[in-house]
Amino acid sequence: MAKNLNTYLNKTTDVSPLVIFRIGFGIMMCYGIIRFWIKGWIETIYIQPNFHFSYFGFEWVKPLGNFTYILFIICCLATIFIALGFKYRIAIITFFLSFTYIELMDKTIYLNHYYFISMMSFLMIFLPLNASFSLDSYLLKKSYKLVPNWTIDTIKIMLTIVYLYAGLAKINSDWLLKAMPLKIWLPSKYDLPFLGENLMQQNWFHYAMSWSGMFYDLLIPFLLFYKRTRIFAFILVVFFHVFTRVLFPIGMFPYVMIISTLIFFDSNFHKKIISFLRKRINRLLKLKNEILINEVYPLLNRKISLTIVFLFLSVQLLFPFRYLTYPGELFWTEEGYRFSWRVMLIEKMGYTNFKIVNAETNNYFYVDNQDFLTPLQEKQMSFQPDFILEYAHYLGDHFKKQGHKNIQVFAESYVALNGRLSQPFIDKSIDLYKEKESWKHKNWILPLNDEIKGL
Amino acid sequence: MFKKIILSITFSIGFMFACSEGDDLDNSQNESFDRGSLQTNLADNIIIPAYQDLSQQLGLLVSAKENFIANSNQENLEVLRNNFLESYMVWQSLEMFNIGKAEENFYHYQMNVYPTNTDEIQDNITTGNADLFNPNNNDAAGFPALDYMLYGIGDNDAEILDTYNNQDYGQNHKNYVSSLIDQMKSITEIVLNDWTTAYRDEFIASTENSASSAVNKFVNDFIYYFEKGLRANKIGIPAGNFSSTPLPHTVEGYYVRETSKDLTLEALNAFQNLFNGTHYNTNDSGVGFKDYLNYLDRNDLVNLINNQLDEARAKISILDDNYFDQINNDNTKMTQAYDALQTVVVLIKVDMLQAFNISVDYVDADGD
Repeated sequence: MAKNLNTYLNKTTDVSPLVIFRIGFGIMMCYGIIRFWIKGWIETIYIQPNFHFSYFGFEWVKPLGNFTYILFIICCLATIFIALGFKYRIAIITFFLSFTYIELMDKTIYLNHYYFISMMSFLMIFLPLNASFSLDSYLLKKSYKLVPNWTIDTIKIMLTIVYLYAGLAKINSDWLLKAMPLKIWLPSKYDLPFLGENLMQQNWFHYAMSWSGMFYDLLIPFLLFYKRTRIFAFILVVFFHVFTRVLFPIGMFPYVMIISTLIFFDSNFHKKIISFLRKRINRLLKLKNEILINEVYPLLNRKISLTIVFLFLSVQLLFPFRYLTYPGELFWTEEGYRFSWRVMLIEKMGYTNFKIVNAETNNYFYVDNQDFLTPLQEKQMSFQPDFILEYAHYLGDHFKKQGHKNIQVFAESYVALNGRLSQPFIDKSIDLYKEKESWKHKNWILPLNDEIKGL
Repeated sequence: MFKKIILSITFSIGFMFACSEGDDLDNSQNESFDRGSLQTNLADNIIIPAYQDLSQQLGLLVSAKENFIANSNQENLEVLRNNFLESYMVWQSLEMFNIGKAEENFYHYQMNVYPTNTDEIQDNITTGNADLFNPNNNDAAGFPALDYMLYGIGDNDAEILDTYNNQDYGQNHKNYVSSLIDQMKSITEIVLNDWTTAYRDEFIASTENSASSAVNKFVNDFIYYFEKGLRANKIGIPAGNFSSTPLPHTVEGYYVRETSKDLTLEALNAFQNLFNGTHYNTNDSGVGFKDYLNYLDRNDLVNLINNQLDEARAKISILDDNYFDQINNDNTKMTQAYDALQTVVVLIKVDMLQAFNISVDYVDADGD
């Protein structure tokens, strides 16, 4: 066993897939950052709001006022460096830190694919993506043909986890037996050309999409691994992601996944792309090829890198299952919901009002959420318990500063999940100002009056 | 290799259709919902007739005002007041349509911001040349300002008439009443005119599910109206739901006093008629949001919303006509009415919006 493992870890393979992955990743991230800026989201999401929802333990990560733009510039420069393979290690560390910092500034816009990018860039710190066809190798006049097999496989495993876990999460009674939430989402795409007024309205189509979506997520990594089904699998990847892009406002995610899955192709495919690019660049810049081509890339700190990658992947495998340690319905409480590749899984809407009470006199008044939150923040806050708690504390502190005494904060909250009728969400007799955020179960969340079976 | 791929794609698509054949028993959803007919009904039978009615009422108000200015006696004051109240009632059917020229011109800010600012009104009367279209004058114009001018500038009718007949400042007061009514009439004409000439067709054609489409904005607006204009402004704020103590001077129709409840009930009826597609001023039924929910298999929600609106109506009906007295004597009945309206807000803002799954204009970010 140990011997097998050792032989595997010493196995080497062509470097090309890593090179293409690096270039693709860099370019897409660069585009993603610029797109985010152009849409004005830095302003509306990070600068305008007076209050930001923080992740537990990362309350110190806050937007930096106008310096937030500098942070985006740094992040964007890093992506260019990554694509060029210039000062790669510093660039990828800079990207990981700046991108993760940006995502931690406000959890209102938590998206699984931002988390994916954070995690992937962390992994990339320990992989030799600049070993060939990079500015680093050009300047050092050293290039490498081969890299350890495991450096490519870790990326494949990471992608496998994303798809597989997204598929497992779909094995539940709402998704498969009620076709929820697609039954809500698809009919509302009535304005889609050709399909909107007929296919999207069909009951069978909602079920067909639910079931094929689950099978797609569960099977696609294996179809990509297996050589004989690979091209078919890739056609499916393109079709599936383009289709979801047409249907849902999911931004960059489809393209990121399409480009990422190219890593499953064998090295000949990537070599062709590289030689095509190389010719172009040589013709354009008249570069002299005086690069010394070595065989195997010598990993620095191989042991440390391997250990970190191993630990990282283990955590990735286990972390999504942390929800099992919480009582109650996961889709309802969302305790352990994030960071688990539960993508496009539930349709949830809420309405949450806060009542500020003077404990001595029992005088009270309601808060107008629009005074404190942006519409997007209010929408997200209304159905997620950790948001509700954090906001309750913010309100309590705010009114305390204004001179109110003996403050208690109560939430009256109603939430509808996957087309069920709305029901009370938060125990309105609990003073949230006294409750503290923690990893423990929030016992002031009222239980869902229904059962969702499955994983 | 390539052949195999084609074969497997054909096979899987064929498989999908073959499987689906059996499930195709449910024919109820095969016909798509006709959004055009919903929007046509809204425009032709609900929105435009209401604007036409208001325009007509305001026309009567203009002539009543002319008579009153010519001869400021008790009789003409009564006629003017009656016309004012009738227009105010019609207005309750219109405040929720904040779209098109109404939105562009901040129509409802010009028509119904209350409590009105009496200091500002007095300033305007004295200076005599206030620009009522200016946003700074929103709280010194429209129905609430007229309410003050017709009921509030004296302790009794004799005092009020004395004010208008006063040698020094009577004319200024008459002028202000006149410009208030003229302004309300003229801006209503702008909005109505746009509906009948251009906006109707645009409204009916704009059916797509996008943040800027007419139907989505319309839904967002009337939900917002119910929550803010109806629930909060008419009941919640005066009852003290948003302040440490009740604020009885913020009721709608504060100076006429006896009309607050009628205005609320009229607004509630208008909202329910809009939901059910019931035509304005007749009881003919047409396509409403109710029908779209039924199409989406949410009859349960239709019944809940209608029942809860009826429940809220019952809770409001037992209130005093005069909210000012109601708040001072027994405010719990006010807060109970508020709670009943609040339940409607949950049903329309959470359940109905979830069922519609419409793109909302204010949320601009990627999804997962």
